Formats: sequence, structure tokens, C-alpha cells
Amino acid sequence: MITLNNIHKSYVMGSSKLHVLKGIDLDIEQGEFVSIMGSSGSGKSTLLNILGMLDNYDEGTYHLDNKLIANMSEKKSAQLRNEMVGFVFQSFNLISFKNAMENVALPLYYKGVNRKKRNAIAMEYLDKLGLAPWAEHMPNEMSGGQKQRVAIARALISHPKIILADEPTGALDTSTSYEVMEILKEINNEGITVIIVTHEHDIAAMTQKVVRLKDGRIDEIIRNGDLRAFRHTYNKELETA
Amino acid sequence: MLDLDLWKEILSALRQNRLRSFMTAFGVFWGIFMLIIMSGAGRALENGVMEGVKAFATNSAFFWTERTSVPYEGFQRGRRWIYNNQDIEYIRQNVSEIEYLSPRLFGWQQNGDNTVRGERTGAFNIFGDYPDYFKIDGWTPVKGRLMNEIDVRQKRKVCVIGERVEEVMFDKEEDPIGQYLKISGVYFQVVGVIHPETRINIGGGKKEETIIIPFSTMQTAYNYGDEIHFFSVTANRGTSVSALEEKLKRILKERHKIAPDDMQAIGSFNIEAEFKKFSMLFFGIQALTWIVGIGTLMAGVIGVSNIMLVIIKERTQEIGIQRAIGATPAKIMLHIIAESVFLTVMAGYVGLSLGVGLLEVLNQILLAAGDEVFFRNPEVNLSMALSALAVLVFAGAFAGFIPARRAIRIKPIDALRDEG
Repeated sequence: MITLNNIHKSYVMGSSKLHVLKGIDLDIEQGEFVSIMGSSGSGKSTLLNILGMLDNYDEGTYHLDNKLIANMSEKKSAQLRNEMVGFVFQSFNLISFKNAMENVALPLYYKGVNRKKRNAIAMEYLDKLGLAPWAEHMPNEMSGGQKQRVAIARALISHPKIILADEPTGALDTSTSYEVMEILKEINNEGITVIIVTHEHDIAAMTQKVVRLKDGRIDEIIRNGDLRAFRHTYNKELETA
Repeated sequence: MLDLDLWKEILSALRQNRLRSFMTAFGVFWGIFMLIIMSGAGRALENGVMEGVKAFATNSAFFWTERTSVPYEGFQRGRRWIYNNQDIEYIRQNVSEIEYLSPRLFGWQQNGDNTVRGERTGAFNIFGDYPDYFKIDGWTPVKGRLMNEIDVRQKRKVCVIGERVEEVMFDKEEDPIGQYLKISGVYFQVVGVIHPETRINIGGGKKEETIIIPFSTMQTAYNYGDEIHFFSVTANRGTSVSALEEKLKRILKERHKIAPDDMQAIGSFNIEAEFKKFSMLFFGIQALTWIVGIGTLMAGVIGVSNIMLVIIKERTQEIGIQRAIGATPAKIMLHIIAESVFLTVMAGYVGLSLGVGLLEVLNQILLAAGDEVFFRNPEVNLSMALSALAVLVFAGAFAGFIPARRAIRIKPIDALRDEG
């Protein structure tokens, strides 16, 4: 599904150059539930942005669904994002003057689906996420958890192959965080690849595969079977903290 | 393309900042308002002036005599001279470019009251004319008829009178037709009351205070011999009246022993040249109107552009989200340009409507004031309104273009990171 090969990325900050990703090799299969972890500045968000075609890379190759993602026009990448990827952000990023239903329907609007049809589909998804009564509410009338669920519905509506979530629980309290993770798990169970960036161990522990980044390189990849061990180390880390 | 969502977006963006939207729109509103008002006023002046001359033959020229200014063939400078019947005869036979030729004699208003009817007296402008004169300077009969060829040929003692003459010399209920007026001692029968179609005034005095009698009658009855004070000509179709004017001057100078380089001896005036001056003037007024109007509009448009830049800055994150979930750059650009065009066109439309409304009110006032004003029909025609609208749409698109370019240059990732 996703094949990264020796990805490099640097940002130019004034006169200095910041080398963020220093050769990332990563394979993610269809249907995996992956979390990317790392301290701030380790390049996890940059990696996610490259995966989501929001940012380009300097070196290496990135294949998504066996297609090479490189040097695309803005138009092409916008269409590809629309078809392939659903985004969930830490700060929800709902459009403030559109109600929940309209927010969810937005990707279909860019696909050219007519208003009636896309609003009907949006209602289905809101219903799935238990937000049907909130369809007419504006984002500022909803709680953080509700907003994130709206954002998830929006990410799902265009039937993406991958859900990319950048700190989806970063702005939520623990119980809401777990609810959101439950939703993401369900989505994953339907066969959609879910990749989240997080720095919370307990969140990462709910995924099937943890990719730890350190200074722009992959430090370790903890697979499904090892997660028990990961939980163990995580608990120990907590105790020492 | 321009669907409900787009409109909702535009309206909500404008509603979020009512005052700012209003102030911005005001610049455009004022620009188009000024453009309409100035253009309408300019057009009204043009209409007023042109209305006053429209019945006047634009290919006409007029000749009178002045003292000579150059000594020639034994004559000293300062000689008085005058046209005569032979000049007219000669011109009629030898100059083929002439359409109408109408000699005239001037009467004697300066001698006080010259017209008497019973107890009533009045001082009027008496002219001896040919019927061809009515084809150069238009008059219409209000009562009775105009003067005709037979009147001239038979030297009939008939006259046509202006409306003011009728007012002074006759009672309100009285029918002047068939009545007699004693003009400088000779009785003339009134055959018509005439109304001037133009404001161009040859020979001075008020046009309503005119009495016109047959040229031949005037020459004989008042002992003018073969003298002619003045004549008017119009050029054939396809002939320039300016060229004709020069040719006639050459002929007349030769016939009256006037130096060819005497610039003063023949007084003349040609309407074609005057019309050209007027046309240039009105063209100038319109051009100035557009320059000032477009300038003001430009200031408004720059305001719109500026505000769009601010709006985009504020919506950077929102644009980032839209792009992340699949909005193409073209779509984003369309949104911004549409918003800008909407703001511009709305403001412009209000300006256009108010401008046209004000002109209409002005028009009603002018109509009430009668036709004595040189200001008429301050209208804005359809093509003017359409071109103003086109300018607005173009200006709006232009105002939106730079901000839109700025917006799509924002990478989605930068836009998302914007909020920190």
C-alpha cells in the first residue's frame, strides 16, 4: 500500500537548513493500524504530511497504491488526496461557518457531487458516528469529541484508502480520546489503513504497529506481537517518571 | 460552479466584517456613482446644446460685409461696401456646390417701435428673407403658413411673425391670420405665426420677436435698390462648407475689388467648423469623465483588493483545510475571485442605481423648468451602463486576482500549520 524508500526532507529556515527526515524506509500494508511516535522535532508530522501529499520530499521514492507520488501538479495532488486520503487533525480543522453536515459533505463538494446527494451521504456518516442530532449545529456549538467525530466523518465520506490522523487525541481528555480511538479502530476493522501521529504511549499502544522516530530516522518498529512488551516498557516508563 | 455553497461562503465572509465590507464597497460605489453622474451631466449638456441646434443646417455658412482693411486698386482701406443682387445672380449661376442660397435684409429695430396696429406698438426684428432660409434655420408655423416662393415672386406684402410679436400685437382670443400690421409705414398681412426650432441666432435679438417679410417686397418697399445685407448658403451633399466658404469669398473679393489678402472685409461664419468645436468639446468632457471616473473606481478596486488580501490572510487555515480535503487551486481561486467580483458588482450596482436615480430626479426638475435650459435629458444610455458593469466585473476580477494568486501559493501544509 505505502512504500517509502530513503525519503529525505529538509526545510530552509533563513540561512540555515534543517534536515528533518534523514532517509526513511517504511512499508505499510493495506488495513494496518499504525502509529508514528517520537519526541517533538523528530519529524513525525513531516512524515505524515508527506504521506498525505500535503508536502513534497527532496529525495527518495514514495509509492502509494503502486503509484509513484512525485512532482505532481497541485491539481493532481488535490484530486488524489480527495480520492485516497482522509485527514483528521489535532485541532479538528472544521470550517467554522458551515454546520456539521456541510463540513462532512465538503470533500464530496470538491468531487462535484450535487448538494442533495452529498448532504444525504453526510447524514449517513454522521448517523454512523452518533451525531445525527447535531447535523445542523455549527462547530462552535459542539464539544471537542463531537468536533473530532465530525472531522472523522468528513475524512471517511470520500471512501479513502488511508486515514491520516495528526495527534487526533491531542486536544481531548482521556475518556474522549479513547472513544475516538475506538472509532478509529472500527474504521480500521473495515479494512481502511489508519496512520496516526501521537506522542501518547497509551494511544500508540492501541495500534498494531508503532513506528518510533528519532532525529529524522526510524529508531524502532514495534510490531503486533511485541506490543505487549511495549505496554510493559511503557508502564515502567510511567513508574519511573 | 457558482453554487449555493459558494454564495454562502461569500456572504458569511462579508457578514463577519460588515463595517469593513461596507467601507470597502463604498469606494467602488462612489467611483461608479461619480462616473454615472458626471457622464450623465456631460451628456445632458451635450443634449441641451445639440437640441438647440439640431434643426439647423450643419453644412451652412453666413456672409456679411465689414470695412476693408487693405488698400487695393486705388481704393483706400476702411471702405464700406455691400453685396448686391448681381452677386447673388452670379453665384447662383457659377457655383454649383450650393444647395440653398438665401439673401437677407435687416430691418430697423434700433429706431424704436417700428410696428403699429391700432393702439398697439412694438419694436421687432424685421428681416427680408427667401423661403430657402427656413431650410437653413428651421422654423415651424404655429398658425397659418410659412412664407413661400410666390410671396417673393409677386412681392406680396405679407409677413410671418414670431410668437412674442403675436402676444404684443394681438389679443389672446384674436386670430392674427389675415390681420394687418403696419411695419415702418407699410401695411403687411399676417399669414403665419412661427416658432423657432433652433437656438442659433443669426442677426441678433430674440428669435420670438422676429417678423419675416419677403425679401423682394422689403427691397422694393423700403428703397434698398439692389442691396443685400447678408446671405446664407448651404453646401451640396459631399461638399465641405468650409471649402465653399473660401470659394465664395474669393469670388466676392474679385467682384468688389477687395484685396485677396484682406482678412476683414468679408465677415463670415460657418456652422461646420463650430460643430466640430462642439464635438471636440463634448468628446473632451466625456473623456475627462471616464478618466476621473475610472480613477475613482480604481481607488475603490484597490481597496477591494486590499481587503481580499486581509481576508485571505485570515482564512489561511481554512484554505489549507479545503486544500487538504481535495479543493483544487482553480477552485480556491474561483472562490476568491467570485467573492471579489461579488463585492465589486454589488457596490457598483448600488452606485449605478443611485446615480441613474439621481439623474432621473434631475431630469424631472429640468423638464419642469421648460426648454429654456441648456441642460437636457441627463440620461445614461444602456451601452454606458453595460460598459460600466463590464468595467466593474473586470475590476472585481482584477481585484481578486492578486489575492487569489497569493492564496494558492500558500501550501496546504503551511496553511494548516498557520495556527501554530
